[in-house]
Amino acid sequence: MREFIDGAEAIVRGALKSGCNFFAGYPITPATPILLKMLRELPRVGGVGIQGEDEIASIGMCIGAAMTGMKTMTATSGPGISLYSENIGMAIMGEVPLVVVDVMRLGPATGGATTVSQGDVQFLRWVTSGGFPIITLCPSSLADCYTLTQRAFNLAEEFRAPVFIATDKEMIIAQQSVETDAFEDLEIVNRARASTDSAFVPHHAKKLADVPAFAPIGGAQLTRLTTSMHDEHGMLTKKPSNVNRTSRHLYQKIEAHRDELEFVKLDAQEGARTLVVAYGISARSAIEAVQLARAAGKRVSMLTIQSLWPLPEQSLRAALRGNVVAPVEPGEESRSFVSRVGPPSITRVIVPELNFGQYRLEIERVALLFDSRLEVIGVNRVDGELIEPEEISQLVI
Amino acid sequence: MEQKLSDSTIATYRFPDRKYTFCPGCSHSLVLDHLNAALVKMQLDPRQVVIVTDIGCVGMSDQFFDVNAFHGLHGRAVTYASGIKLANPDLKVIVLMGDGGVGIGGHHVLNAARRNIGITVLVFNNFNFGMTGGEHSVTTPHGARTTTTRGGNLERPLDVCATVAVNGASYVFRGTAFDKELPERIAEAIQTPGFALLDIWELCTAYYVPGNDFSRAALMQTMQGLNFPAGVLQKVDSPELANAYRETITNRQSPISAAHHIAQKYDSALTKTTRVILAGAAGGKVRSTASALAVGGMMSGLWATQRDDYPVSVMSGYSVSEVILSRDEILYMGIDKPDILAVLTPEGSSQVPRQLRAMDEAQTVYVVPDLAQHVQTRARKIVFNFGRAAPSKKSLALTATAAIVQHANLYPLAAFREAISAGQRAEIAQENLKAVEASEGIL
Repeated sequence: MREFIDGAEAIVRGALKSGCNFFAGYPITPATPILLKMLRELPRVGGVGIQGEDEIASIGMCIGAAMTGMKTMTATSGPGISLYSENIGMAIMGEVPLVVVDVMRLGPATGGATTVSQGDVQFLRWVTSGGFPIITLCPSSLADCYTLTQRAFNLAEEFRAPVFIATDKEMIIAQQSVETDAFEDLEIVNRARASTDSAFVPHHAKKLADVPAFAPIGGAQLTRLTTSMHDEHGMLTKKPSNVNRTSRHLYQKIEAHRDELEFVKLDAQEGARTLVVAYGISARSAIEAVQLARAAGKRVSMLTIQSLWPLPEQSLRAALRGNVVAPVEPGEESRSFVSRVGPPSITRVIVPELNFGQYRLEIERVALLFDSRLEVIGVNRVDGELIEPEEISQLVI
Repeated sequence: MEQKLSDSTIATYRFPDRKYTFCPGCSHSLVLDHLNAALVKMQLDPRQVVIVTDIGCVGMSDQFFDVNAFHGLHGRAVTYASGIKLANPDLKVIVLMGDGGVGIGGHHVLNAARRNIGITVLVFNNFNFGMTGGEHSVTTPHGARTTTTRGGNLERPLDVCATVAVNGASYVFRGTAFDKELPERIAEAIQTPGFALLDIWELCTAYYVPGNDFSRAALMQTMQGLNFPAGVLQKVDSPELANAYRETITNRQSPISAAHHIAQKYDSALTKTTRVILAGAAGGKVRSTASALAVGGMMSGLWATQRDDYPVSVMSGYSVSEVILSRDEILYMGIDKPDILAVLTPEGSSQVPRQLRAMDEAQTVYVVPDLAQHVQTRARKIVFNFGRAAPSKKSLALTATAAIVQHANLYPLAAFREAISAGQRAEIAQENLKAVEASEGIL
């Protein structure tokens, strides 16, 4: 079935399919379409959608609702992420499942409200004080908007943590014809509930990297959470052994699961000397650039990143080695790398993005450790225009 | 945590083995005892009670109670409480915050009162920041000495009660930590369906008391000196938000908005990807016309994208829409060198000089007569000949685009007609169709 929709619609459909039943947000271009659609749809499915008095109230309401067991989402743009920042930390500290959509626009400050950008990539990674890891997904198609939103909900529930969807003005507002029948649904994951047989300990994790079972406020067991450093009972603590354990738990519960959090698409070509690594709206320019280069007889590989954070290092190294990926079967993860097609041939990596090279920094770190002779080149625009495929294809060797 | 049986009396809602950690003489202990007494009096199921604390000394309070507890960011306690109440309107949600929290989170307090959301806020008001070292707050009286107003406070204190009362709070009370009636007033507030706030004046024995020779007697004198009344100041019965919302939702598990399938009914002769820009003015139906251009293409078996560019103003300025029609799925949605560029108004014209420069003989610029002289391009230039039947400003984009669909042979005009009528009210559809008819013979 072919429809003419935008990314906001695809994200909203994905959220509702995931069982999202609470949304709070504050109007901001270009994220407003998500607010409007969620407030329109949620009452129809028995959920709650509300416009907060500001961004801080909106995410605060989501955090409160999430702790009663609801599946919550909010959406904003860069200026709103600034205001969300402290509460993102609160959600990390309190182990609150929450999906946050950042529809990136040109910064800094008010920047360009109706101007596309990918300038929040490192901002999202380091959004909280204290420097804790955070999961960030990034769609580059309407199908991604739909499926990665479900993925975001699943990961938020599984890890009891805030999960970002980093997208941009064009993905959310531009209309595209799309086969919506081909959208992929994921199996819905809900947070593990605590057993009612034994005494409930709100933040009990058997191993550091385990995720505590959940008991909702208003349920059969009493529960508590806190923004402050706490022990497993959710009580304030300064005892170094408790502090150490909670800090390492919040770190390890994401970091120890990095391998499960790599979502990429690898389109490798045997003997390619150039690898293009791209994400979001710029990946669309990159895919066309790869098509142009191949049509001109060049050999080039392409890695599309769907999970920006944690950095999918394993996938990146596999792409640098020149591995190929098996055709993705329905229900299979796209990150399984199979046969190696020959000796490593990549000598140049191109990273196109709508910022000054924020993700290139990460690629450089991994690529240069892999092989210090590699050449990592950025294609960067900060003028509010999309990257033209030719800007990338001309750099393919 | 032990589960209480509903048929046995609960003697305390506090953890028996957890002692208060406040300074000697601090009023927080008194108020928490009053809160406990209120809970005991009401015999609420602890599982249906949530204590949400703010930051500061009062932020430690939830740890003494064996109910659900939520300790949140400074000033934001009311937002979490609102989310909890909206999600589960049956819960009794009690916010404990200080005068510091009222200052930094005043916006939320104000809006919770305005919304009349059914939460109860206890303000532990001791006129300064205890935890951080005795700095002044929004309720510090004029002339008072704090560590940030050493020469005496030049600012005036916020009347918390009057502020929430005038903005719609259901229940408002002002008193001191020493009031014998507090347990009863707190219970009354918790039982109030709507927003309730108690402004409870206190002694901070670490800073405010020694800094100002303050005392229990001075509490009442200050209140009188400021002309701030005490007691129950407001008690009104008005609809509570969370329940009102719950009542208005249909809750029928009805399907979400139906998908809008665009079926192929026509055939396009287009073989190569065609990039079209419509450059017009806001309020001139540029975006809806571009949408119809794309949907008409889809009805004719093509893939389509639409990007819109417009300034932050709403009904003024330029409106430029880009449509790509293609036999294949479209990835890159930008248009650097359009195949077709329609220059419709001066506002639109001012936005496209770069594209006009990029175009060459293989591409076409369609332009209204008034602007024909100003358009500098190597592209083929075609002037709309509107004749005497010049379309109105509002239908210019539609008429011009209908003409282009035919002239450039993008796809059958019937598809465009159908696209501009689909989903429209009858009179709008009629008006749109009229604009299309006007396109006949103008190219």
